[in-house]
Amino acid sequence: MIYVTRRADFSASHFYHNPELSPEENLRLFGKCNNPHGHGHNYTLEVTVAGELDPRTGMVMDLKDLKRVIEAEVMEAMDHRFLNEEVPAFRTLIPTPENIAIEVWKRLEPKIAAGHLHRVRLYETPDLYVDYYGK
Amino acid sequence: MVQLTRRYRLSAAHRLHQETLSAAENARLYGKCNNPRGHGHDYVVEVTVEGNVDPRTGRVIDPVALDRLVEREVLERFDHKHLNLDVEDFRDCVPTTENLCLAIYDRLAGRWPAESDLAAGARLRRVRVEETRSNFFEYEGGA
Repeated sequence: MIYVTRRADFSASHFYHNPELSPEENLRLFGKCNNPHGHGHNYTLEVTVAGELDPRTGMVMDLKDLKRVIEAEVMEAMDHRFLNEEVPAFRTLIPTPENIAIEVWKRLEPKIAAGHLHRVRLYETPDLYVDYYGK
Repeated sequence: MVQLTRRYRLSAAHRLHQETLSAAENARLYGKCNNPRGHGHDYVVEVTVEGNVDPRTGRVIDPVALDRLVEREVLERFDHKHLNLDVEDFRDCVPTTENLCLAIYDRLAGRWPAESDLAAGARLRRVRVEETRSNFFEYEGGA
């Protein structure tokens, strides 16, 4: 088994708000992140695919294909977007890095043709990142 | 289950030296790190927490609460200190980065259940300490 990782950067805005809670409770829970106009981050996404080497090509999967899938499924949807309003999943889910990583997994996992999706790592800042392994 | 990792920085001095060994043996074992005047590093500490995403907050843990805990238990204790001279954790223990990694893990794990503002169910998964960009140490608890 070998693991290959492709990195992609995107920039987006978001804010944290749970409509079932009072404004005071939202402010207490989310602090500055509760500003309804949103704020932004430069996210770095790392997508890791695991699989056996194809002896014919010496590759697990063609990284051009992985790049294309990330572009179509994630970058198109999230890069330079307001996540709360422009990504359907985040009309109901709060776009924390945890939920963004899970959403990225859901979008990519069915599209990985060779090997299998092993990990989605999402950096919100260089000092905060999350890892999701699909379960 | 999602893992969330936060990175922190701390700068400290240390000297690798075992009282129970001879000067020659210490010099052989630790080389430059045995310099009696000490030396220092800018350590990078990564703290990884694992848990289910709370649907109310969308979070595994409140990063602000995690920062508070790490600030109090780790940074206040170790940052800008001489690990051998200023820190009780290393009174009887050589402040290698292996031992620093263990000490940070134990400090955080010891406070874990008592911190009511940390997300319920999230657990400390791993502490990773980079001594320099070329070497780092990880501890996940257990033996």
